[in-house]
Amino acid sequence: MSTLTALARAEAVMTGRAQPIATVRHLHVHRRPMVLIPLAMAGEANAPLAAMAGDDREKPQLLVVTQPRNRDERFAFADRLAGVLIRYVDSFATVTEAVAVDRGKDVRYRYVDAPQIWVPNPGGVDFLRLFGRSTRFRSVDGEHPVPASVPLLGRWLTFFANSAEVPGSVLLANAVQALGLHWATGQSGAEDAQFGALLAWITDGAAAARDQENGPVAGPATDPEFDNHVLAPLIERNDPAIAGVLHELLLPTWDRMWRALDLLRAMPEGSRVASRWDSDRDAYSAFAQYVQEGGAPQPRRDGAVAAAARLQRLESAATRYAVQRAFDDPLVLAEYRLSGAAFAGTVTLAKADRIDDSGKRPVLRPRIMVRTAEVVRVEPGTSLTSPARPSQKARVVSVTPVGSPAPGAAVGSPAPGVSEGSVVTEFDVLLELSGGMGRKLVAEPGSVPEVGERLILTTLSEAYRPGGALPDPTETPWTHGGPPAVL
Amino acid sequence: MQSNRLDELRGPGRAKRHNARTIAALTGNPGCDRRAVLDAAGIDKPKLAERVGFPGGFGQSRFALTRGNAFEAMLKADDCELLRSVLGAGEATLGYQDLGEDSDDTLSARHARTVKLLGQARAALIDHPLLTLEIAGQTVYLEPDLIAYAHRGRLQVVEIKSFAVVDGQAESAKVSAAAVQAAVYVLALRDLLERLGMDPLLVDHEVVLVCPENFAFHPVAVRIDVRKQLSTLRRQLARLASVESLIDVLPPGLTFDLRLEPEQLTGALARIEPRYAPECLSACELSAFCRQEAVGTTAALGRTVRESLGGVETVGEVLELAAGRREPAEEQAEAAALLRSARRLRDEVLSEVPS
Repeated sequence: MSTLTALARAEAVMTGRAQPIATVRHLHVHRRPMVLIPLAMAGEANAPLAAMAGDDREKPQLLVVTQPRNRDERFAFADRLAGVLIRYVDSFATVTEAVAVDRGKDVRYRYVDAPQIWVPNPGGVDFLRLFGRSTRFRSVDGEHPVPASVPLLGRWLTFFANSAEVPGSVLLANAVQALGLHWATGQSGAEDAQFGALLAWITDGAAAARDQENGPVAGPATDPEFDNHVLAPLIERNDPAIAGVLHELLLPTWDRMWRALDLLRAMPEGSRVASRWDSDRDAYSAFAQYVQEGGAPQPRRDGAVAAAARLQRLESAATRYAVQRAFDDPLVLAEYRLSGAAFAGTVTLAKADRIDDSGKRPVLRPRIMVRTAEVVRVEPGTSLTSPARPSQKARVVSVTPVGSPAPGAAVGSPAPGVSEGSVVTEFDVLLELSGGMGRKLVAEPGSVPEVGERLILTTLSEAYRPGGALPDPTETPWTHGGPPAVL
Repeated sequence: MQSNRLDELRGPGRAKRHNARTIAALTGNPGCDRRAVLDAAGIDKPKLAERVGFPGGFGQSRFALTRGNAFEAMLKADDCELLRSVLGAGEATLGYQDLGEDSDDTLSARHARTVKLLGQARAALIDHPLLTLEIAGQTVYLEPDLIAYAHRGRLQVVEIKSFAVVDGQAESAKVSAAAVQAAVYVLALRDLLERLGMDPLLVDHEVVLVCPENFAFHPVAVRIDVRKQLSTLRRQLARLASVESLIDVLPPGLTFDLRLEPEQLTGALARIEPRYAPECLSACELSAFCRQEAVGTTAALGRTVRESLGGVETVGEVLELAAGRREPAEEQAEAAALLRSARRLRDEVLSEVPS
């Protein structure tokens, strides 16, 4: 955790109110999301007990398994969940839009919208992943047939659970993580994991959060006391009252889920959020097509090549997500300023028409001088970017301590313990700009920072970084187990 | 003398016995004197927590218990037929020895029989053995509901757990908890062999975890190397301050007799230094009480937050240092500079944003 966020937690303790750690919303919140609160049966391997689901706040649908250990009931539950979930998911597979690919030489289609499922916490995501695993390989004929919707549900749940691992994807989102991305509470992360308490910290403060601690269950685990004193007798008696009891149990969390969504919606959306949602729509469109074409269920485990490719995708998504959040949000960028990976300063000199004609043909290479009082931990030659002009590169030419001609002065923070005033507290950073100024030898107006402008420069970059090339699965080297037996 | 003092601390209630789980929890937070003393005296912590106004929800679901018992019963049915097959014991003539039911009255007898049986070093499945381990200067009986399994001359600890292993993976928290518990048994077994003058390394550092596979009730055996857990455990047990020295400094007459008034019990608890961390919430019945005491400390926010705040003790101090209202101690200079920068950045950014 960064010191900035930790300080926000300290403030929250002192004020008794959650503190913002983001100035914009970093995720897309759907206009018609589906909320899904799964409950599992204690002790069993992923046996569903109930779920409250739906895309209409006023009409929660409750699905209940009255005998959780009964296999047929379990698949009847899956069938009903499929009815709710797949109808919602399919409702977006209607209108498509054309997207240019291959530098405009070709075109592909994607759906203009995609589904978004919200569960209360990461445990809910894990439950859905395992439920997808337990249903996607089921056969619709043979000895133990299940309804055709069951393996289909399994494929979709697996798709959603896999996408939840991709940083920045919100096809399947969880409220605990989404709230924790935007607010710091005055309690520990372990306590934040409790959805009701976290939401109460944000809306009503510390005291309310403490009251909520043993409050409504947010699943997928139930409270042992509830199991022993309420649920067990109901199940033993095969009592139909179980549906009403579970409805009462889940309703408070249902309401809180929608309130959490309201809270997030009220924040202004970060400017790069839409592009990440585009990626989500791409992923949804591709999988919807795969399913329509009768694609096989996802394998139990990825092969070596598929696993490496997936890891690479996850890593580049993580980098992109981190950079985009920093560029969208000055409070996130401030964390990089604190660690020395970014600094803010004021332009003191600018030569916008500087031409470098040392090469074959002359190129526009303006230079600017930025004075900063912040820590500068960059070497000459480093490429920096300013979030205000993301397509422009600024190469560090030199870093000079202000008013201290002594060579070899430490570039960085003054040594601790030395009183201020006697050491360098400011730096002049000379930068050479390239890109983002138009195609002519004269920069487009506004493309070169002017004297007096305040700038933030960072080593973070949105530039595309190509991943390593991976072999075809049939060419899997022996070091990685050789080609898989079944492709 | 020592045991008298412990009885006095506990009052007239029956002593709660240690088990592998409590030892694992103890080593999870070895710096907590309060837990060390209360556990050594066998004090009923759930009751104590209730008495001082912080009842906890540390119950276990009936459903989970039923399933766990059913799984174990299935494995042990018909002379452990299923267990033998899943362990790959094959046709080896393994005797099965049940040392009797879990009960307080048979402790020493069962331990004696365990010792005798292990001394013979014959291949056998041993059910309900009773081991001992020295914890902080005290002998603690351990009742593994496990089976020590002498196979090819090696003793292996077998842990039966009812959480599922799906596609070769299980919930990591549960696996690591099981591994630490099994390591406690390995340690106790090695201890025992050493006392018998046998080679302690006869006890395998690989333990066998028997769990249901995927979504069915079929068992699968997974071997786990617990060498890492063993060395952690040894280190932590050595670090556990000897309870004796902790008890020696307690004021005479101090007791946690549950019949006392809540205020008296709270006062008594204040005499023993706790070390609260958020991890306690899932491991110690008294944690809600300690958390209440720890309000305002950075430790209550978790280790990573505390470290990010430069290890400064209290939230009040952090905010004063950040605001420059407090002169940092020498060792705080670096942390204070970082906190001031963080304060300046947060103020700068938040003042520019329309709230």
